[in-house]
Amino acid sequence: MNQSAPWKYLLILTTILLSILFVMPNFYGESPAIQIMPIKSGEKIDTSLLQSIEEVLGKSKIENTGLILENFHIKVKFKTAEEQLKAKSIIQKALGDEYVVALNLIPNSPKWLSDIGPLPMYLGLDLRGGVHFLMQVDLTKALEKTTASYLSEFRKELRKGKIGYYDATKNNDIMQIKFKSKSELKKGKNIIRDINNNFDFQEIFVNDEIILKVIISEKTKKSITEFAIKQNLETLNNRVNELGVAEPLIQQQGLDRIVIQLPGVQDTAKAKEILGRTATLEMRMVNEDNFNSDIFREGNEDQIPVNSEIFPDRFGTGILVKKQVILTGERITNAGPGVDQQTGQSIVSITLDGKGASIFKQVTRDNIGKRMALLLIEKNLTEIVTAPVINGEIGGGRVQITGMSNAQEATDIALLLRAGSLAAPMEIIEERTVGPSMGKDNISRGIKSTIWGFIAIVIMMAIYYMVFGVISVVTLSVNLLFLVALLSALQATLTLPGLAAIALTLGMAIDANVLINERIRDEIRNGNTPQASIHMGYKMAWGTILDSNITTMIAGLALFMFGSGPIKGFAVVHVLGILTSMYSAIFVSRAIVNYIYGNKRQISKLSIGEIFKVDNN
Amino acid sequence: MEFFRVKKDIPFMKYRKISAVVSTAIFILSVFFIFFRGLNLGVDFTGGTMMEVSYPEAANIENIRETLRDIDLEDTQVQNFGTEEDVLIRLPIRKDLSIAELSEKVADALKLKNSLMEVRRVESVGSQVGDELYENGALAVLFVCIGIMLYLTVRFEWRFAIAAIVANMHDVIIILGFFAFFQWEFNLTVLAAVLAVLGYSVNESVVVFDRVRENFRKMRKANVAEVINNAITRTMSRTIMTHLSTQTVVISMLIFGGEILHNFALALTIGILFGIYSSIMVGCPMAMWLGTNQNNLAIPTPEKKQENLEL
Repeated sequence: MNQSAPWKYLLILTTILLSILFVMPNFYGESPAIQIMPIKSGEKIDTSLLQSIEEVLGKSKIENTGLILENFHIKVKFKTAEEQLKAKSIIQKALGDEYVVALNLIPNSPKWLSDIGPLPMYLGLDLRGGVHFLMQVDLTKALEKTTASYLSEFRKELRKGKIGYYDATKNNDIMQIKFKSKSELKKGKNIIRDINNNFDFQEIFVNDEIILKVIISEKTKKSITEFAIKQNLETLNNRVNELGVAEPLIQQQGLDRIVIQLPGVQDTAKAKEILGRTATLEMRMVNEDNFNSDIFREGNEDQIPVNSEIFPDRFGTGILVKKQVILTGERITNAGPGVDQQTGQSIVSITLDGKGASIFKQVTRDNIGKRMALLLIEKNLTEIVTAPVINGEIGGGRVQITGMSNAQEATDIALLLRAGSLAAPMEIIEERTVGPSMGKDNISRGIKSTIWGFIAIVIMMAIYYMVFGVISVVTLSVNLLFLVALLSALQATLTLPGLAAIALTLGMAIDANVLINERIRDEIRNGNTPQASIHMGYKMAWGTILDSNITTMIAGLALFMFGSGPIKGFAVVHVLGILTSMYSAIFVSRAIVNYIYGNKRQISKLSIGEIFKVDNN
Repeated sequence: MEFFRVKKDIPFMKYRKISAVVSTAIFILSVFFIFFRGLNLGVDFTGGTMMEVSYPEAANIENIRETLRDIDLEDTQVQNFGTEEDVLIRLPIRKDLSIAELSEKVADALKLKNSLMEVRRVESVGSQVGDELYENGALAVLFVCIGIMLYLTVRFEWRFAIAAIVANMHDVIIILGFFAFFQWEFNLTVLAAVLAVLGYSVNESVVVFDRVRENFRKMRKANVAEVINNAITRTMSRTIMTHLSTQTVVISMLIFGGEILHNFALALTIGILFGIYSSIMVGCPMAMWLGTNQNNLAIPTPEKKQENLEL
């Protein structure tokens, strides 16, 4: 009756051995390390870089405990955090701006173990220290931006097709074009349709005005916003690369939000500055027809032509530029600082993508002798960096921007342009920073709570239920092993509330054992034989255990679904803990009991503590 | 060792009128405090910034306040946090400064006064995010209640489901009442504890109800009160052991868990203590009052057939 099938023992043994394997990396701990990778992600690394790093470290007498060459990066392990920090600055200096040198932690597992693959538990930011940002993307701005660029395209095509129209304006994401006649409107509509087939049209004829409303369809809007989020994600990726973080997490959350987690980042001010930069570059033509700086300096705004705007240049002088945008920063594929050969001035040279290059070529050809302005828009402040005269057609997509005051500024602007522009502005709406010392404290707090709670339970159970109590405790330890193994294997993020959940799960997991033990006592009380009592005890307890665990599971799942941050961390461990505790209470404890008592024909008494007999009914 | 050496079943249901008065009184008192004192919501829900900074020696709170006033930050709360060296600063949302700028401004100003100051933790939440976290928290509570009720209705019957949920809400309201009365900070972590209590406390009800159902089958001649009394008495030992174990861990958390887990553990403690009481003295009387008896249990029993014959 109380014999477990051999396959059950085998299953339990296998799961225990596997769990031990997965838990092991947690005991070896982690070493401080630095990670070196090229600034352009995806570029392969060879052994020559490895050698030069070794040389640099050798020269400055910093001892490392291991160099690891992987496909896209090199990792160097150190004994202490001081050596790690020292090495970081020395290597960064030696390798220059082409490489990102980031702080990291590497598991200390022996080679055979790390070859098999298990990793230590993945610690959340509250345990390892770091920054968490939640950014809100302003998608209406992305729509407006796209609308503006459509509008400038319409103007260009309408002019090219010699269609008579008075003006083309936009209100948010609705464009409105006033035509001279109905037939012109018809022709214009066809031209617009040729540009893009995803517009809805509305013709309005009031007071002799012939107006065509061009409305972007919902489907197109959706694809525009999706693209904007994608581009922002890419830009953030590039920017985080500049920051030098070993394992950043950049992820879309919901429709219009982005989560950024930077483990180990200590300089939060710099992180915020780099992530929060909203600079975009625009190239527009200077409106030289009506230029009269005197008027504009006085801020006499009704004098500004409808098609133009005024912005200050570096010296504060207002320059009138057309509203029509020729190119935006999205067309820039690369940018770098440099020095002009002839004048010795600092410059930024940029490379445009194919479409950008052809637009640029055409515009420069059509506007020789006129001035083109370069606008840098940062946090709603627009500044004209430079407004040079076009001397000739510029092909090939290589453009030099002069007007930099010094080399540092050229480097900064190049970085800003290279890191890419944002398709839509973003704002940090949630920040959670945990300092490194706090992280360490949290780990020790969580572990201490768990260990002391565990020890107390062990003592209580052993006293109250004797041998069965010890079996329960063994089961509980196995449960803890399973839980930690599962967390390591799944690489689920472990947070401080998660550690609390481990402790709490232990307290709650014992419930299943208590239920079983009490049931067995009940059966003995009712005069059953020990063997029958064990059998009935497990059988009767099972239903109750299932019910109570499922209700707890419902709560856990709700926590996971609706929870964020600390709640989610708690929920993950809670739910996994319920699963492992059910498995270990039902399978493992039964197997141990069967192993001890199952083969004995005659047992006069079970060691389950003193049982007080009651006259039942 | 056996804790409960009772010869006869304890007549719990005899006291159900007293317990009803007591429960209602505590419940009303809790609701009163929640409404009139209100919960001391953390920045997770209200929005705003919370910074934990630490100094190598005992921190001078007055100096910190002054520094903050100097940079035009009003409405700030500065207090010690756990130890003399640790300080907790709370700042409301500002219209002119983004939450990202605010914490940097404070850190810079404090660093300028004392370069050994270390920022241990920053939690900044925008008002919109705060509202959402609040909403999601309420949704989670609702979801848990509905989920548990559905499950209990299927496994037992609707009377048990209602009785369990009433007992559960009783516990949750009391936890909130305590937090309102003592003005302990209520943040996301505490909400996690409250939700865990929802799952945990229903455990207790399920175990007792399970026994009640079993007893209805076994004890044919007993009346409903006797059946329930026997179920509670027989599960008493388990109740004490389980809660003692869980409470032991929670106490360990109170001692070693530090300030962040402190309120979490407090909420669990209240939840566990009142969970025992409510499943016995709220859930069971409720089920009885709703008319639970042998006939309306989900699983048909032989007893049922017999009774039909007698009619």
